[in-house]
Amino acid sequence: MFFPISGADISPIYLVVVGFVIGIMGGFFGVGGSFIAGPALRLVGLNWNFAVGTDLAHIVGKSVVAVRQHRAFGNVDLKLGLLMAIGTIAGAEVGAQLIQIFKRAGNVNLVVSVVSIVVYLSISAFMLWESRKTLILQKSRLPQGKVKGVKSKEDDSAFGPVTRAIQRLKIWPMVSLPASGIKEISLWLILLVAFVGGFFSGFLGGGAGYIRMPSMVYVLGIPTHLAVGTDLFEIIISASYGTFSHAVKGNVDILIALVMHTGAAIGAQIGAICTQYFAGPKIRLAFVPLPLIGAAIVIYTLFTGHKL
Amino acid sequence: MKKETARTLRAFAIELAIYAVLIVAYFFLVLHFLGAWLYRLESQHRYIYASVAILLMIGQAVLLQNVTTLLLRFIRGRAR
Repeated sequence: MFFPISGADISPIYLVVVGFVIGIMGGFFGVGGSFIAGPALRLVGLNWNFAVGTDLAHIVGKSVVAVRQHRAFGNVDLKLGLLMAIGTIAGAEVGAQLIQIFKRAGNVNLVVSVVSIVVYLSISAFMLWESRKTLILQKSRLPQGKVKGVKSKEDDSAFGPVTRAIQRLKIWPMVSLPASGIKEISLWLILLVAFVGGFFSGFLGGGAGYIRMPSMVYVLGIPTHLAVGTDLFEIIISASYGTFSHAVKGNVDILIALVMHTGAAIGAQIGAICTQYFAGPKIRLAFVPLPLIGAAIVIYTLFTGHKL
Repeated sequence: MKKETARTLRAFAIELAIYAVLIVAYFFLVLHFLGAWLYRLESQHRYIYASVAILLMIGQAVLLQNVTTLLLRFIRGRAR
């Protein structure tokens, strides 16, 4: 199928399958799936700037589906999501501007490839260490790893002491997040986490849930189930803004995004339902291989230059 | 329990099959006609294209979710 906006020739079946797979991941892990979608689009010959912008557009649709499902399960903290959207939009704009600078310099593909490999490997390594340690702690029934959460969705984390120390930082203004079970936390911390996520969203594409979801759990202390649902809600706002910004810059092929989303729509619902059957640390441990797959695809494309 | 799982899987397989047919029809009817118009919009009116892109995406998301929900309800209703 020929897509005139990007000038790419891609099989629609390939796009639907990629959409379906990352739809399941999105619904289950609360991530946009850009660590798979971006490299997968690059693999079939789309330039990085189009892969980044188009992926963002498809994420908007997928997140709408997943959030509606998560809201039904009570997994969305609307207040936190709206606050985070402010920081994310600022970060996304900085990231998108940086993409434009590298696009003009003519080395956008190399720079984004290298940065994405480093980020994906770092996230996987950290989450592997943390979730394994948490599961071992849970087995030996040590109470010191507990992170405060809402009663029905309490969560354990080996990073808990650091999280509690961060929550105790009194940098005015302080806000409370009752839906997430947090009495008081600095607004600046929320905005900082959101800004960093937004920056990577604008720079590497996607909703940057691969950074924001772990940050919400480890830095802000949000229980994993709520982090997944709230992250998706926040992604709708930030990815919409990112899509608009990239579309104006000529980086979005909406036809590709619409085709991908037909698969993602059904996958996202399945993923969201699956979260109800797994505990927080197990969801995080299952998350570990995903950025590694993305890194492997980028390394393969970077070194062989092979396109399917 | 096994009977229940088999019924759920069968309903899901039927849903996927119907969904696939609908999607193929959607490709040919909607995307084919929208393609040229969106291409013109992208090359001549970027801001309008950006807004239309987001609206299309959200519209498709809501539509497809309602379609899958309805399908699931219909198939489960018939399976009982």
